[in-house]
Amino acid sequence: MGNTHYTKDHEYVRVDGDVATFGITDYAQSQLGDVVFVEVPKVGTHLKQGAEAAVVESVKAASEVYAPVSGEVIEANSALEGAPATVNEDPEGKGWFGKIKLSNQSELAALMNEADYKAYLSTL
Amino acid sequence: MRYLPLSADDRSDMLARVGVDHIDKLFADIPRDKLLDKVLPLPLSKGELEVERMLSKMAARNKAASSGPFFVGAGAYKHHVPATVDHLIQRSEFLTSYTPYQPEIAQGTLQYLFEFQTQVAALTGMDVANASMYDGSTGTGEAVLMAHRITKRNKAVLSGGLHPHYGDVVRTLSEMSNAEVVTLKPDLRAKEDLIAAIDDQTSCVVVQSPDVFGTLRDLKPIADACHAKGALLIAVFTEVVSLGLVTSPGEQGADIVVGEGQSIGNALNFGGPYVGLFATKTQYVRNMPGRLCGETVDAEGKRGFVLTLSTREQHIRREKATSNICTNSGLCTLAFTIHMTLLGEKGLRSLAEVNHANAVMLADKLAKLPHVEVVNEQFFNEISIRLKGDATKIVDRLAHHGIMAGVPAARLFPDQGLDDVLIIANTEVNTDEDRDALVAALKEAM
Amino acid sequence: MLNRQGRPTTPANDATAVHKTFTGNRALQQIEPLIFEIGSTDQTGVDIDAPAPHHKKLGGLERKNPIGLPGLSEPETMRHYVRLSQKNYGIDSGLFPLGSCTMKHNPRLNEKMARLPGFSDVHPLQPQSTVQGALELMDTLAHWLVTLTGMDAVAMSPKAGAHGELCGLMAIKAAIIARGEEATRKVVLVPDSAHGTNPATAALIHFEVRSVPVREDGTVDPKVVAELAGPDTAAIMLTNPNTCGLFEKDVVAIADAVHKAGGYFYADGANFNAIVGKARPGDLGVDAMHINLHKTFSTPHGGGGPGSGPVVLSERLAPFAPVPFIRKTEEGLQLVEDEAEATKHGAHPFGRMTAFHGQMGMYVRALSYMLSHGADGLKQASEDAVLNANYVRAGLADLMSLPFGNKPCMHEVLFDDTWLKDTGVSTLDFAKAMIDEGYHPMTMYFPLVVHGAMLIEPTESESRASLDLFIATLRDLAIAAKRGDTERFTGAPYHAPMRRLDETRAARSPVLKWTPPLPILEAAE
Repeated sequence: MGNTHYTKDHEYVRVDGDVATFGITDYAQSQLGDVVFVEVPKVGTHLKQGAEAAVVESVKAASEVYAPVSGEVIEANSALEGAPATVNEDPEGKGWFGKIKLSNQSELAALMNEADYKAYLSTL
Repeated sequence: MRYLPLSADDRSDMLARVGVDHIDKLFADIPRDKLLDKVLPLPLSKGELEVERMLSKMAARNKAASSGPFFVGAGAYKHHVPATVDHLIQRSEFLTSYTPYQPEIAQGTLQYLFEFQTQVAALTGMDVANASMYDGSTGTGEAVLMAHRITKRNKAVLSGGLHPHYGDVVRTLSEMSNAEVVTLKPDLRAKEDLIAAIDDQTSCVVVQSPDVFGTLRDLKPIADACHAKGALLIAVFTEVVSLGLVTSPGEQGADIVVGEGQSIGNALNFGGPYVGLFATKTQYVRNMPGRLCGETVDAEGKRGFVLTLSTREQHIRREKATSNICTNSGLCTLAFTIHMTLLGEKGLRSLAEVNHANAVMLADKLAKLPHVEVVNEQFFNEISIRLKGDATKIVDRLAHHGIMAGVPAARLFPDQGLDDVLIIANTEVNTDEDRDALVAALKEAM
Repeated sequence: MLNRQGRPTTPANDATAVHKTFTGNRALQQIEPLIFEIGSTDQTGVDIDAPAPHHKKLGGLERKNPIGLPGLSEPETMRHYVRLSQKNYGIDSGLFPLGSCTMKHNPRLNEKMARLPGFSDVHPLQPQSTVQGALELMDTLAHWLVTLTGMDAVAMSPKAGAHGELCGLMAIKAAIIARGEEATRKVVLVPDSAHGTNPATAALIHFEVRSVPVREDGTVDPKVVAELAGPDTAAIMLTNPNTCGLFEKDVVAIADAVHKAGGYFYADGANFNAIVGKARPGDLGVDAMHINLHKTFSTPHGGGGPGSGPVVLSERLAPFAPVPFIRKTEEGLQLVEDEAEATKHGAHPFGRMTAFHGQMGMYVRALSYMLSHGADGLKQASEDAVLNANYVRAGLADLMSLPFGNKPCMHEVLFDDTWLKDTGVSTLDFAKAMIDEGYHPMTMYFPLVVHGAMLIEPTESESRASLDLFIATLRDLAIAAKRGDTERFTGAPYHAPMRRLDETRAARSPVLKWTPPLPILEAAE
């Protein structure tokens, strides 16, 4: 499972070749509470690492989701629009937000691996 | 002081309990030199009788609409409001409640908001309506901002038939937020070419119907032209009663409908408070400003209502909110929805027909006067006439004789060559005698 | 067995669980369907005579399709709304300690005055000679507002607090434009404790929001402001007293720091009610401040409005006030409605906030309140509001936690949820249990700078007996929470017209209007 990386804003990115699937972590969904709406990224958009990529809303909060890596959005999980609860139920599986075609593999180095992320969570 | 329950003894006991010996110790964070040591130079407290006397004296210096023939409109209309409405809105539980953030003890407010939203959506022919804006003019400003958010463009085209105060609100907001506004010339005869003004940068076209001069506009061709260029049509009304008789803006293709709801349930109040109605299509609901009430269930499965989609709003989204609106027009909304419930479809249609019939009768009478031209070919309950002389002077003269003849167009459009134009509203409150008195007085004044 | 405050000392036996009614009604609490379920489009509660015969002049625009609006007869209408009202909690129902919202008594004299035909039945576009009394009222109210605040002018037309904020920031932007600095002065400083309307308003007219962290004592540090302010600073938006219920003791230094950087000081006047007659914002360096007539001056909240938010302005900003405004002339009062006309009188209005002249109905109510109180009574009201809040603080400080220490507050007292740690009870649960005890909850989870915030504003309208009962009730609840009586809280409210509502469901699949049920299908043979 060495191909999953994490940001401090609690996004994950799972890399398969030059395609990165991203979403929010289990910790993030538990902090948000019941997710009621997801604005998934638009296919074709070129995102820079750290740019606003999606929005996730609970009843009392709205959070921006930032692109964990740079690249073009090649697929969006539009199923979330009709079933936002998926983000709570399976955030790092069926609850993914979008797929990005990586434009700069080296960006991954700056992200945390699973062990680092777990350690990071324990400091919060 | 009758509104303050604490006695002097209470105060000193309570100070002791709090642990200070003087009230100003509780104000110690105010810089010493800024703490006022004297009572400010304003009158001292008064009993109810004296206050009533003072305010009644001021009120008596105003001429009430019901005290004589009254034809003033142009954005606010004199209608009859059933006595039931004012009784109900003064019930403590409505009058003294807050925004329904605690739904378990605010179902009264929430249910009427849900009913209100449904009524407004039906009237306007739209999918969804919000729980109100301050008034029609600020709602129009918000509608333009919403169109900019949806289209990601920032140029609004305003019809020359839009109430100029509404136009001013849009222009002020736009100037302050670096958005562009194209305003067409005051359009007395509804001959403007709005379609030609739409280009690829246009976010929205704002058209009022009936327009400020009273003319009913056909929105369909404008909606089609907007959609062909990727722009939205914002349909505005200032006389909501017209929707009882006229095809709804939604059926004519509007994307956002915004208007003034004062005519139903609300008094003239010298301009406020009123109630802004705001409706749109389902696909735009997340870009909508203002509160929304939605249906849900409680822990026992009983149907109930809550404020919802709140993440659009300022208290959650802060600088990313769709609007800064917080307090809206709660109680005016209640007045609107009660009056609309009393009317129902049948009553609203009758009311609208009477308004139209009265206006047609007046237009016919005025058209027979020498030197008078009725400019509208199609209208609801308001018309504009060109007359001989200065409309402002004539209105002032007639006011002196107890007749409120209407709004001189020059008051709304100064220095635009409309000095001889008078805008005349005619609702169910105007009788044959009122109309005859107006016609006779105008004849004499010219 | 009753204790000395007349409260039963043991909870009453609850029979409701045993005896379910057939109707689902519970005596005074009746289930009320929607008008769409009980009305019909043929029914009406008004009698309107048929119009005289006439030809229609609607062009081709006559409505062809039904609208779908149900009507009710008058008695049905009356019953519908009375039943709805019985599901609501108002100030007249009981103590309403909603911090930052100022739920004070709404005198009925104000309602009566606002309904005088000379105020309620006048049109905004009547000849001005026929509304001199209305203009006099506006002018008198304006005089009270500038005197109480020590400011130079007031823009009356904003429709509510947030609209007033917009007006104030627009005046500031206009002044910056007049200085030729609009390209550089783009930042508005907003403390973390601010109302959400502040950043929302600033963003609306394309200012950038820069957050000002709040220091440990709950107030803003002038040194931090001085560091953050610079040539890019348009203004600071500061609520004072702030939303933690504390007076910003360094307000003068903060104002100086912003002014020194060339910016303006916008004060959010939502909490002005704590200091009316005690201090004047004009003396504290304020350039613009909105006043919520529906908070400070008792115009009713009406279930969410209407409000009214006049904005007082300093000498530097006064020329930029929007139209309309009142001018004294030899013939009487003149309402200047047009920008071109305004410039003739030396003004530089930035534009217009709304159609017509503002919230006249609210002006009448506010002035009626001010005249009743007088300058002396307004000062007393501020003192009583502050005293009442401190009395509540003193009564609860040993059981609940005060994030900034047990020190005097202004008109509202802020607790956090530290004291609920490990009880399994959240701020929300605690608030919902208050409902069962007959109180409206306090403001929760605001301000954001405090965890699990509970902001209590009793207002000056509460008697000592009422406060004693409130304090005793909150103490009972607090003790219950601490001793593990968790269900009392997590399932609350049990006795309100509704149990806790499912907000997630409402937001996930929004149902925002009534739609007719699908026709019932006959079961297939």
